[in-house]
Amino acid sequence: MSQAAAAAVAPAFDVLAIRREFPILAETVRGRPLIYLDSAASAQKPRAVIEAMVQAMERQYANVHRGLHWMSERTTEAFETARDAVARLLNAPSRDEVVFTKNATEAINLVAHAFGRGVMDPAKAVLISAMEHHANIVPWQMLRDDRGVDLRVCPITDEGELDWEAFEQHLAGGRVGLVAITHMSNVLGTVTPAERIARAAHAAGALVLFDGSQAAVHRRVDVQEIGADFYVFTGHKLYGPTGIGVLWARSALLERMPPFLGGGDMISSVSFERSSWARIPHKFEAGTPPILEAIGLAAAIAWVERIGFEAIEAHERALTDHALARLSNVAGVRIFGRAQDRGGVVSFMLDRAHAHDVATLLDRQGIAVRAGHHCAEPLMRVLGVESTARASFAVYTTRAEIDALAEALERVRRFFS
Amino acid sequence: MSQGFADLQDLYQEVILDHGRHPRNFGRLAPPARHSRGDNPMCGDRVEVWLCLDDEGRISECAFEGRGCMISIASASLMTEVVRGKSVREARALSDSFRRLARTGTCPVCGEVHEEDLDRLRPLSGVSGYPSRVKCATLAWHALEAAIAGEPSAKIG
Repeated sequence: MSQAAAAAVAPAFDVLAIRREFPILAETVRGRPLIYLDSAASAQKPRAVIEAMVQAMERQYANVHRGLHWMSERTTEAFETARDAVARLLNAPSRDEVVFTKNATEAINLVAHAFGRGVMDPAKAVLISAMEHHANIVPWQMLRDDRGVDLRVCPITDEGELDWEAFEQHLAGGRVGLVAITHMSNVLGTVTPAERIARAAHAAGALVLFDGSQAAVHRRVDVQEIGADFYVFTGHKLYGPTGIGVLWARSALLERMPPFLGGGDMISSVSFERSSWARIPHKFEAGTPPILEAIGLAAAIAWVERIGFEAIEAHERALTDHALARLSNVAGVRIFGRAQDRGGVVSFMLDRAHAHDVATLLDRQGIAVRAGHHCAEPLMRVLGVESTARASFAVYTTRAEIDALAEALERVRRFFS
Repeated sequence: MSQGFADLQDLYQEVILDHGRHPRNFGRLAPPARHSRGDNPMCGDRVEVWLCLDDEGRISECAFEGRGCMISIASASLMTEVVRGKSVREARALSDSFRRLARTGTCPVCGEVHEEDLDRLRPLSGVSGYPSRVKCATLAWHALEAAIAGEPSAKIG
């Protein structure tokens, strides 16, 4: 179908209709309607995801890849279909390049172990940015401490964008073996220029891993168009269940990488003397995989594709613009991050009030935001703060909820003044 | 939606706002004062506590420095006032009672020991309705106990 034809049949974006698909949004908190502005921490689940998982448990459940019986075959089929859904979502050249993990953190650890310790030249450096989540810092520190690999940090600009000049300087010496960088900051909302990063890295002889935990939720990701070597994301932020994450990597890399965890399902044969590994991606999936979670993730991907990334992106862009305008008008609010290309997270402080106090007062008004260092302590230091409050938006967020946040912040300010 | 925060008075009582904005005994004590530090890994808050013991083993001075929310600063400030003059054993017992008060909102031993002190601390018991905030109120007390025990930092779980 051409894009025009798809647009012609696509239903108009109706946020209220979308909200009705999320049972939890009908809940009240402290006697007030829930205003959930913490989707960047974890998104709520549409009925389609909930029902897919319940259906699987009620109708066709068994272990995968082992039973010679009907239930196991059906479950294996559903599980493997989820791999197809992920491959489609990322436009991966092959479904065999999709490895299921527990979450994005485990996916990065898998790369740090199997690629970092097994393939990468220890004389090469790993380059991260100053706006990484702990998940994309700590595994590389562990690799550094284990193998003596140099770990470098590329600074960000005052706007909260990657400092491109510094980035190029880091790459210039040809010493960087892997660039591991966020595709969208969970604190600043900054979307990094993935294609440009991949081109520059490859030109300098480095590979690139993108932490897509935030980005994959808000826009279409095409790993081939980007030119990525590794791409990771997690299910629970994409309206899917917890307990499942994804590592996508080019098959040539996966073939060269030794296994991460050992056990059942990842072998082709085992004797007491030695074992040989299963083909990719199973080589990296030891033990019973997250079966129900994969089925839930497949339902989430189908649900997101039905809404359409163009519609999601347009909706969230409008919300973010509205939030930036509304919150800037609340006296005493300081917003962190002014990147040109940004997604729907807004970190802020209110006067000198501590983020926890702000969050508690917002919670009392039924508004859920996150407060703290957002698993990005080094970035907090760069910003010169201990913590921030953060409002984050999803496909079900409304303008009225952002207005409610702005009005609530006015009241919080009066309370503390 | 109510315009005020009448329902928040349980958490942010006047004494908390007062001590949170104007902490008492804010500063360091010179060696040989005992010193320890509490970090709340959830939010990055930190409170450092110093205390001096007199010849009879009583806390003659207690001071703190820190960064944190209204609750954690107010709790630390009130703590430095109420532990002064206490023996090490009394301070530990008071800390124990207070931590229980913060966690559960009630205090079985209140009325029996340290009645006056616990009455002063009772405004902080509002955090028991907010499980994520209990650690804010107890951070300084963990640091106090670590300082008494001669440990450089308190392990906050």
